[in-house]
Amino acid sequence: MDAVAGLGGIGVLDLQGGVQEHLDHLRRVGVAARPVKRAADLEGLAGLIIPGGESTCLSRLLNIFGLDAAIRQAYDQGLKLWGTCAGAILLARENVGETPFLGLIDIAVSRNAFGSQLDSFNREALAPAVAREPIPLTFIRAPKIMRAGEGVRVLLRLDDYIAAAEDDRILVTVFHPELTPSLAFHRYFARKCGLSVAGDDAGLDPDWTPLSWTRFSPRV
Amino acid sequence: MAENRYLLNAQLAQMLKGGVIMDVVNVEQAQIAQEAGAVAVMALERVPADIRQQGGVARMSDPGLIKAIKAAVTIPVMAKARIGHFVEAQILQALRIDYIDESEVLTPADEECHIDKTRFEIPFVCGARNLGEALRRIAEGAAMIRTKGEAGTGNVVEAVRHMRTMNREIRQLAALPAEEIISFAKVNGIPYELALEVKKLGRLPVVNFAAGGIATPADAALMMQLGCDGVFVGSGIFKSSDPARRARAIVKATAYFNDPEQLLEVSMDLGEPMAGLDVATMASEQRLAGRGW
Repeated sequence: MDAVAGLGGIGVLDLQGGVQEHLDHLRRVGVAARPVKRAADLEGLAGLIIPGGESTCLSRLLNIFGLDAAIRQAYDQGLKLWGTCAGAILLARENVGETPFLGLIDIAVSRNAFGSQLDSFNREALAPAVAREPIPLTFIRAPKIMRAGEGVRVLLRLDDYIAAAEDDRILVTVFHPELTPSLAFHRYFARKCGLSVAGDDAGLDPDWTPLSWTRFSPRV
Repeated sequence: MAENRYLLNAQLAQMLKGGVIMDVVNVEQAQIAQEAGAVAVMALERVPADIRQQGGVARMSDPGLIKAIKAAVTIPVMAKARIGHFVEAQILQALRIDYIDESEVLTPADEECHIDKTRFEIPFVCGARNLGEALRRIAEGAAMIRTKGEAGTGNVVEAVRHMRTMNREIRQLAALPAEEIISFAKVNGIPYELALEVKKLGRLPVVNFAAGGIATPADAALMMQLGCDGVFVGSGIFKSSDPARRARAIVKATAYFNDPEQLLEVSMDLGEPMAGLDVATMASEQRLAGRGW
């Protein structure tokens, strides 16, 4: 990673979960990207991705190291946020049957709403605001968004739930674009952050493979 | 197993990266583990230290216990099947847990064959001592690998040995000219196609956790600095004097494994760790890592 991504880059919260996958996708769309482990790492960022992982684990670590307060403060100063899967749970104002965590976007989420790992699945769907063509979607022990409040736009509705939504400053997806060859949501978020992005929304990245994340994994 | 199912299973392991998976023997421990920030729990009747002490045949846990633990937490639940015992695995799949550990901690049911994991929809994690063993398990359908270490000892030396061995063999493979790969693969019992993949990637093609003997935050960070993607802690938490505190400290140390200041902070005032065993003076039949091949 760049030691300094410079003003206007996008950070990926690097406590646990799908960090390298998001960094890889951000690089593919030509955005300066860096892992965020400490409050100081938020300096100068235009956006922050809270990745998938385990939301209870992430919430404990955010809390213990005071990163939750730092994220709130940066958000108040204009930092855009995107939560994928566990990240969406952490950003939701309402968490069915549980205490919400950051509570920054007016949605209600229901954790593990599909069941166990055996109920994880792939499908395709068209999200017209995000891309002209259907996007491959990967749901892993995913939550469902059950309700979107005032000021929240639904970007993708499937069956009985909302899969992607946004307000002016926050994007939430219950699926994992970083686990597919589609860069559409990463481009969409980069534009939401006011950044210019490389490439076109159509189609899939031909160079991506399911093992692309390993290029950012630790080496000994 | 369909190709996309295998990928989904490998991808669940990716979502566990940087996390700690904890052995728990009842609902209360499972809740403590989740509260401490575990990314998953391993539900079992006895932790490895007790299996070691009590002896006898160690089998899959009572599904009733696993079911109760599954109902009590929202994080993924794993459980162990004996090496080669594909019917225990069928039962665990029917229970719809999230991951099966085909584990040397239990008494093997088959000394020749591991489970053909490609016949299952549910993901498997398997132990390995070296690159060849890891890649044989992947060839059989494992979606995640862990070091075997020496479970139930509170002694990290074997996990270190296994991780260093894998790292060394990956570096050797990466440096080989093309014509020597097939002989390296033959000598080390590595499926050729997977040898090519590892050479290209410079690492295992699936998530690789450390397991077997991790007892302190420093142990967890040591394994992370050696290149593991996360850690399993078996007996190390609930055999210590203050499990909740130690569990939290190990979670923090795994996330901040590269930060000695944080490691110092989390290592203080944890109470007594589990009593350890010296692996070097252990009789070979007491060693669990030699089970499976």
